[in-house]
Amino acid sequence: MAILSFQDLLEHTKKENKSIYKIAQEEEAALAETDVDVIRLKVTENLIAMREAIKNGLTSTEKSVSNWCGDDCVKLPEKYKRKHALFGQIFEKITTYALATAEENLRMGRIVACPTAGSCGIVPAVIVAVSEEEKIPESKQIDGLLTAGIVGLIISAKVRLAGAVAGCQAECGVASAMAAAALTEMLGGTPGEVIQAVSLALKNILGLTCDPVCGLVEVPCIKRNAFLAVHAVTAAELALCGVESKIPADEVVDTLKITGQLMSPLLKETSQGGLAKTKTALELEKKLGIKG
Amino acid sequence: MTEQSIFSVISPIMVGPSSSHTAGAVRLGLMARNIYKDSFSKVKFVLHNSFATTGFGHGTDKGLLAGLLGYMVDDPIIKNIFNLIKDVEYSYEYVQDISRFPNSVDIIIDDKMKISGDSVGAGEIRINRIDGFDVNINGNYDTILMIYKDKPGMISTVSDIIQKYKINIATLHCGRSSKGGTASMCIELDIPAGEELTDKIRHLKDVFFVTNVRKLK
Repeated sequence: MAILSFQDLLEHTKKENKSIYKIAQEEEAALAETDVDVIRLKVTENLIAMREAIKNGLTSTEKSVSNWCGDDCVKLPEKYKRKHALFGQIFEKITTYALATAEENLRMGRIVACPTAGSCGIVPAVIVAVSEEEKIPESKQIDGLLTAGIVGLIISAKVRLAGAVAGCQAECGVASAMAAAALTEMLGGTPGEVIQAVSLALKNILGLTCDPVCGLVEVPCIKRNAFLAVHAVTAAELALCGVESKIPADEVVDTLKITGQLMSPLLKETSQGGLAKTKTALELEKKLGIKG
Repeated sequence: MTEQSIFSVISPIMVGPSSSHTAGAVRLGLMARNIYKDSFSKVKFVLHNSFATTGFGHGTDKGLLAGLLGYMVDDPIIKNIFNLIKDVEYSYEYVQDISRFPNSVDIIIDDKMKISGDSVGAGEIRINRIDGFDVNINGNYDTILMIYKDKPGMISTVSDIIQKYKINIATLHCGRSSKGGTASMCIELDIPAGEELTDKIRHLKDVFFVTNVRKLK
């Protein structure tokens, strides 16, 4: 792809007078030597798989192999039925759907890696929950997911999207920026606002470590999906209000990369530091019979 | 799909929980299947480093076996693969070896062939050794794999044959045990080579082994 920075992307949208998703689908069609319709169909398949993962996750209480996680998602609708969440129904759905997907992932259910499996709950939760509540048609959801895709792709051209490379910044953090971009697009934001949402989301996850207990995609990964899905909404809302990041998106991505390099290897998916080395984590490790 | 595609960040559709430890494991198994091709009755997996320590919680063991049996990364069967397999004998060994990649595996099929590979992140993989020969196969292209006697002119002879079929070579990777010893070549192609083409290479003097390795879907 010729577009390697957010600056490039913005210039393309201005020059060609097109939305970000249009550029994304045209670039993708050119790359795959196919039509835009074929690309949109493939995106739709991903969207359907995301909805299915949410649906399956909503009702299951099956535990993970470690037997620690898998029964939190069902607690949310139970409580919300008694008393609505302070932030209203969209918040209720976003947190529930994020947990549903992340729990479905840990029990070896079928999910869409977005960008990774550990961060698979964030983009679907935001797109599906907001679309249901705001009655956003499917074609706009596809536009949103395409926007998320090109945002993730531009970031991944600079930083490998792996906890082992740049901590959770590069997984749940990037997922949150992708979700913020999708949401801004779906709610009618301009290309400039979409990119502002990316900057705002990323700036506020810098330094996020990857310290999974026992090396499993469970603690703290599952619940983090719910937190960063909500984080994406904050970024999109501020961007749609015209709030601008003083640091441009490309420089924020550079910072994310450098912060990843400065981060101790103990905090980058090695489970040798952070939450993974707490007293409780070590006890869990012993119970599971894992040798570090 | 190449790294430049937006589908590198919004897919694959897969069974969880980890793109490197689950989807990557399935793809390593699938790739070994594409290389070995024959049916088999016995397999041993040697899991290294992070695959060995956290593999069980990520279903790495299940994924490797399921891939080798031809199941795709999103097949719900993977979770219950141990309950469904009857006629294949399988075993696992767990090893720590810092000289190897963090997520790496040796797949030994029917005590006949040893295929080694790494899961390099986001579900991407590479096969880097087959029966002691250095190779470089990542499953993103159809690949001709050949083992031959190291001698001048082999690369141009083979590329001439491929060119006659109007197939574009995407990348070429060669290695050898020693000068004049045994060499290996991995030729990534934009479209798959037919059997007729590989037969022509097979019948060249000093070619010991040739196979077409299909890319992963």
